[in-house]
Amino acid sequence: MGTYLQLDHLSVGYNTVPVIEDINLDIQKGEVIALIGPNGAGKSTILKTIARDLVKISGDIELDTKNLLSYSFKDLSRKMAVILTERIKVELMTCRDIVGTGRYPYTGRLGILSREDEQKVYEALETVHAVDLADRDFNAISDGQKQRILLARAICQEPELILLDEPTSFLDVRHKLELLSILTRMARKKGITVITSLHEIDLAEKVADRIVTVKGKDVFGFGKPEDIFEEERIRNLYEIDNGFFDPMFGSIELQKPQGDVPRIFVLAGNGSGIPLFRAFQRKNIPFATGILFTNDVDYQLARLFATEVITEEPFSEIGDASLTRAKELIASCEKVIDAGCSIGVSNQRMQELKDYAESEGKLFGPEILSEMEAEER
Amino acid sequence: MNHNETGKAEFFSVTARRRARYTLVFVLLIAAFFAIIVLNINTGNVHISIPKILRIFFLRDGTATEINIIWKIRLPRIIMSAILGGALSLSGFLLQTFFENPIAGPFVLGISSGAKMTVALAMIFLMQRFKIVSSYVLIVAAFVGALLSIGFVLLFSRRIRNMGTLLVAGIMIGYICSAITDFVVTFAADSDIVNLHNWSKGSFSGMNWSNVQVAAIVVGITFVICFFMAKPISAYQLGEAYAQSMGVNIKVFRVALIIVSSIFAATVTAFAGPISFVGIAVPFLVKHALNTSKPLIVIPATFLGGAVFCMICDLIARTVFSLTELNISTVTSVFGAPIVILMMLRRRRGN
Repeated sequence: MGTYLQLDHLSVGYNTVPVIEDINLDIQKGEVIALIGPNGAGKSTILKTIARDLVKISGDIELDTKNLLSYSFKDLSRKMAVILTERIKVELMTCRDIVGTGRYPYTGRLGILSREDEQKVYEALETVHAVDLADRDFNAISDGQKQRILLARAICQEPELILLDEPTSFLDVRHKLELLSILTRMARKKGITVITSLHEIDLAEKVADRIVTVKGKDVFGFGKPEDIFEEERIRNLYEIDNGFFDPMFGSIELQKPQGDVPRIFVLAGNGSGIPLFRAFQRKNIPFATGILFTNDVDYQLARLFATEVITEEPFSEIGDASLTRAKELIASCEKVIDAGCSIGVSNQRMQELKDYAESEGKLFGPEILSEMEAEER
Repeated sequence: MNHNETGKAEFFSVTARRRARYTLVFVLLIAAFFAIIVLNINTGNVHISIPKILRIFFLRDGTATEINIIWKIRLPRIIMSAILGGALSLSGFLLQTFFENPIAGPFVLGISSGAKMTVALAMIFLMQRFKIVSSYVLIVAAFVGALLSIGFVLLFSRRIRNMGTLLVAGIMIGYICSAITDFVVTFAADSDIVNLHNWSKGSFSGMNWSNVQVAAIVVGITFVICFFMAKPISAYQLGEAYAQSMGVNIKVFRVALIIVSSIFAATVTAFAGPISFVGIAVPFLVKHALNTSKPLIVIPATFLGGAVFCMICDLIARTVFSLTELNISTVTSVFGAPIVILMMLRRRRGN
């Protein structure tokens, strides 16, 4: 394979004022690279510098073994296509026209599209599932459709490298997924290198081969998603102090309910607890939960939201210590909610907790939640 | 599969349908062009019937007065209004492309006024010394003035990418230039400004064949250059950054765009003075008639459309209040201003 794009001690910024210094990246052919980081961190600055829209401050960029600056704009246009965040302002142009501009580096002096060029336009539209948009006015289609058309335009340019600046910003979930899956497919199939900045870190984790974290001059990580996506690193990167990032699922969670004393105890397990945990988080009611095995999906959210989670090692039986602690908590809580977890061999002592709560007169089903809501009103 | 095939056939058939529309528009414009030439030769203080015109044209058969009216007065004037109308419209189209703003045009941006100022200065000072000024010198003077104005507009507007600011800057520069022109004219000797009065308000009258020749050469060459800029212009329509990513050398292209549009505007001003609204109205009408903004099609169509538009306006200026001739801007404003208002309304509704 070998390095396709190399940034060597690169400093980027505006008007000789560096935003990010000493960037060292080597990107392979056909890799999908995601740039993540807070707003204004300099993701666009890096992309614009690679696109030669901005002048680099120092260091070197090498594209396909040649210095980036040694390419003429024309040669570069056959290697690199861009999709920018700025919305384009056109008039009386159909989607076909927009996509057709991608053929620019290949057409003659007057820019007339040959039959072959039109064929390429057609294929590009097919790739992004937008043939039916061909003759619609570009200004009259939705943001998601526009983004697909711009992608088709980039494909039409037959580049080896596509740079995208936050391509998913204005899209709904479905269109985000669609766009990203087209990109990854192109990278796999045609060996096109993709460098994109992304706001959605959860998507970055799933889509990118490698991830660049961009923030100020210090936090600058580059590596595989599994190395980059540690909770602490993401929290630092975005300076999250009122929420959590869950690296396992790539999800972002809000702050846990305030207060150290749990009012509710949730008997959870096998995912039955998650809707309740979220409900208590929204209502800001502190709760405790258990007894969860640490490989339970409920555990992942419980550890972020609950004041206390009583846990056991996976596949072992519930021990006395946990059971006692659970009973203590049940005794001190106002209510116990049975989320409806199934009880099997290893967690059969959950039944004891249920019976205990029942005898205390505190046991309720999940439906109690709506009653609590009514009460609060 | 079958569905796919029909979709594909449909996709490629659109190109042919669009070409048919372009052809139709061009045929109509050319027909209008010749119809108006005939009408223009035919009408005036002295009415000359069409058979007579044909006889004069092909057989040189007619009274000396009629031949003179046609050959020395009407024909150069018509051809001049066609050439300059086309140049003015294209200047507008290029400026709109440059500023990414459909309201931009040589008059609104003060470019015509700038050119007018330098032409007036050149006329007065050169007349005093040499008693005669060549058309080329006036074009150069106008070009310098045009660049001067556009330089100021750029200085104001590059930082603030706002339509309003751009227009205010242009209008202010227009006023400043007009003030200087008026000042100079007020204190100039009457003999130096004999020709200045009509000209400074915009008029196609008094054109001779040597004027036509100079204008044809300058506009002709510039038109060819402009036509070959169609490709980068098409890229530029998506914005600067995209154009560059397609291989356009933006710095060179921007300078070329400004120079070409200034030459057009300058030539018009040097010969016919400032003419309003043509540069905005014609490209708008032409683009909508063609239903495209493809420069390769729009550039020749705009030239043709501008020629037709100005010939019609000149005909009206010349004949409606016969014996008294209207300023050409009076007529172009009557037709052009409502179109600009229409554009504004459409944009607002679009947003």
